[in-house]
Amino acid sequence: MEHPLVVMEGIEKSFPGVQALKQGRFELRSGEVHALCGENGAGKSTLMKILAGIYPKDAGRVMVGGEEVTLSSPGAALKRGISIIHQELNLMPHLTVAQNIFIGREPTRGLRFWLDEQELNARTAALFERMHLKLDPQAIVGDLTIAMQQMVEIAKALSYNARVLIMDEPTAALTDTEIADLFTLIRQLRTHGTGIVHISHRLEELKQIADRVTVMRDGQYIDTLPIAEASIERIIRLMVGRTIYEERPSRPNLGETAPLLEVRGLSRGRAVQNVSFTLRRGEIVGISGLIGAGRTELARLIFGADRKERGEIVIAGRTVNINRPSDAVRHGIGYLSEDRKHFGLATGLNVEVNIAMAAFQKFLAPLGVVRQSAVEGNAIRHVRDLAIKTPSLQQEVRFLSGGNQQKVVIGKWLTADTEILIFDEPTRGIDVGAKAEIYKLMNELAARGKAILMISSELPEILRMSHRILVMCEGRLTGELRSDEATQERIMAFATQREAVL
Amino acid sequence: MIEPATNVKRSNLLPSGAIQQVLAFGALIVLVVVFSLASPNFLQFNNIVGILLATAVNGILALGVTFVIITGGIDLSIGTVMTFAAVMTGVFITNWGLPVWLGVLGGVLSGAAAGLVNGLVIAKLHIPPFIATLGMLNVAKGLALVIAELRPIYFNDDPAFNQIAMGSLLGMIVPGFEIPNAVLILFGLAFVASLILGRTVLGRYTYALGSNEEAARLSGVNVAVWKIAVYTLTGAFSGLAGVVIASRINSAQPALGQGYELDAIAAAVIGGTSLSGGKGTILGTIIGAFIISILTNGLRILSVPQEWQTVITGAIVVLAVYLDLVRRKR
Ligand SMILES: Nc1ncnc2c1ncn2[C@@H]1O[C@H](COP(=O)(O)OP(=O)(O)OP(=O)(O)O)[C@@H](O)[C@H]1O
Ligand SMILES: [Mg+2]
Repeated sequence: MEHPLVVMEGIEKSFPGVQALKQGRFELRSGEVHALCGENGAGKSTLMKILAGIYPKDAGRVMVGGEEVTLSSPGAALKRGISIIHQELNLMPHLTVAQNIFIGREPTRGLRFWLDEQELNARTAALFERMHLKLDPQAIVGDLTIAMQQMVEIAKALSYNARVLIMDEPTAALTDTEIADLFTLIRQLRTHGTGIVHISHRLEELKQIADRVTVMRDGQYIDTLPIAEASIERIIRLMVGRTIYEERPSRPNLGETAPLLEVRGLSRGRAVQNVSFTLRRGEIVGISGLIGAGRTELARLIFGADRKERGEIVIAGRTVNINRPSDAVRHGIGYLSEDRKHFGLATGLNVEVNIAMAAFQKFLAPLGVVRQSAVEGNAIRHVRDLAIKTPSLQQEVRFLSGGNQQKVVIGKWLTADTEILIFDEPTRGIDVGAKAEIYKLMNELAARGKAILMISSELPEILRMSHRILVMCEGRLTGELRSDEATQERIMAFATQREAVL
Repeated sequence: MIEPATNVKRSNLLPSGAIQQVLAFGALIVLVVVFSLASPNFLQFNNIVGILLATAVNGILALGVTFVIITGGIDLSIGTVMTFAAVMTGVFITNWGLPVWLGVLGGVLSGAAAGLVNGLVIAKLHIPPFIATLGMLNVAKGLALVIAELRPIYFNDDPAFNQIAMGSLLGMIVPGFEIPNAVLILFGLAFVASLILGRTVLGRYTYALGSNEEAARLSGVNVAVWKIAVYTLTGAFSGLAGVVIASRINSAQPALGQGYELDAIAAAVIGGTSLSGGKGTILGTIIGAFIISILTNGLRILSVPQEWQTVITGAIVVLAVYLDLVRRKR
């Protein structure tokens, strides 16, 4: 019988204060899409980073094509045909798309010293052609949206023509259309014998794309199932070791209360054009749309992270001047960024400081001395309420798993206790159990009279959580739906309602 | 399908970095116009040659330091390494009697060797560039004094050596147009530097290291090796500057050198090279170097005291960095 492409056995890995993997196990066959599931912090990324030569393992064996190998560096893994798309973006923002994709193996002329930039761009264009991706190879990566940067990461991993392609939550930042394109590509690769590892918290995806599923819990291997036997319920049970109770939200009757936030004619360039809407206390308004629709840009205008060109923001009946984020916070607006690594967290600082950060004045004694016990008490409460998995409150945030980092951001804004909360992709990269907790939390916040604006690319999430749904397309607000009249089809119709091309 | 236009968050009229260059170039023009209106002496041929000559040494140092700054590092040792290289050239040519070309090569290699040590200390021992090169600043300064035995070394036996910087190839071709070779060397090296930065693998990794070193490492780039290469290159440029300055004053002055690094770094920064890495161009650095020497020259012609010249140059650097920040924030 042919050897499996990859076999990992008895993998152990500890970080200071955490044992991330205990007897980790994994098998990948050629020509299969193998989903890896588990809660936040289960050790999925760590296991795959060992396979990609990023972390050394403490113990265990890794075999590629039946032969035991030591993968001492990313370069060594790439040479064996193993390439990885990281959960966190790893691009060079100053370089162009093409330069990023071919970094480390630029086409050269003569002495392997002179770059062949034309060839570089041509190869990238050909790659995009195959991917049906419309993107200029010479665009500067730092100017792209997060979603497009994610596509660049995917393109880069594909360009290695790897035998083993590991995708650590590649779909977290993508909308349904882009995911569909990605899956088409994956199916193509599968027929060519590539083995693909797919990590995702969107369990509905697995049915469409995966052949087998391996579940991990607390750093341990739990089970591997063929997809036919893996119902979503069963996977979840294996992941969490318990059954999750999903609460149906009750939609409050808000009657004719006055709006808390009113936005009138907000505009900035082509990204946001003349957007007006209202948001009331106790209300969750969802903003849906495709990538590039201008949803995050709108949120950033309201929060003062970018300068608006036209329009006004009215809070509790008074027009307010918001020119920078600190103004927004002063007027009671909190923003949970979709890009937590850059805007949401100080990743080099520890958990308790991050949670306290947006409201430090609350923890100050006279003379500006920080009351450490209060900072700690506050952190303990949020770590417990949000079930943040961390070895201690002093752990640096960058060592937490992706999902747990997101929970720290939420804890931070809960501490700031602002009246208006903008959640930008709040459950991106968050496992089912934690997702249910975050939904419950948002409902509780709304019930307590907060006004919540939720941007999400996941239609089920929008439909499930929103009392009212706004749909954007190309910077314009194209539709508004009450929750009882909204369906996926109606939202998509608004989301694709482009201006007639003249 | 997604339209390319919506993929891009901000659309810039000019590629990033170019705006800073345009600004710097504008500033250069303004300086020239202001000074020539303020003093009839400014545009005199001799004064222009003086400016060009003054730019040569600082410009060559600035070219070299541009590379390390783009990687997100810094090299504080370029000034004293330049002196060290000048002294070594003196030792080779005057004390040992080697042929001029060999002495020059030896001088450049001495600079490169100092750069190599910088690179090794930074990439292998993981000492921050600021500290490592601060150490090298003192080491090179001390070595230059020790080797020269605290005295200048003169090149009187080899008149050819002085011709390297002060002869005029242009003057031979176009009589009356006596631009010293030092200036040609500066422009020639600028051309080479921009080829390296824009067209070679070394240049690509220079930007990559400064933009996101971790991403480069994860893509299989041998980060340590390329970092060492960049510091060595910067050292070689300091070596070249050492040869030019020694040739120009026809002697190696072991006590000279410290302070040059700040002017060179200032030139790079004024020209749009970002101290946080990932960004910078050779053209910008050259413009920056000219801004500094024109400013110094113009202020001197207008009899502004030396101390105030320093104050003004300092303020200009801060202003340049601030403009860059403002531009990036928008
Ligand atoms: N570099 C590191 N230093 C310290 N601890 C780490 C490091 N990387 C991961 N960990 C810890 O190891 C455990 C496993 O993390 P890992 O990132 O593998 O989880 P994951 O399954 O990928 O979770 P998620 O779904 O949230 O991405 C977590 O407890 C995490 O905090
Ligand atoms: Mg992970």
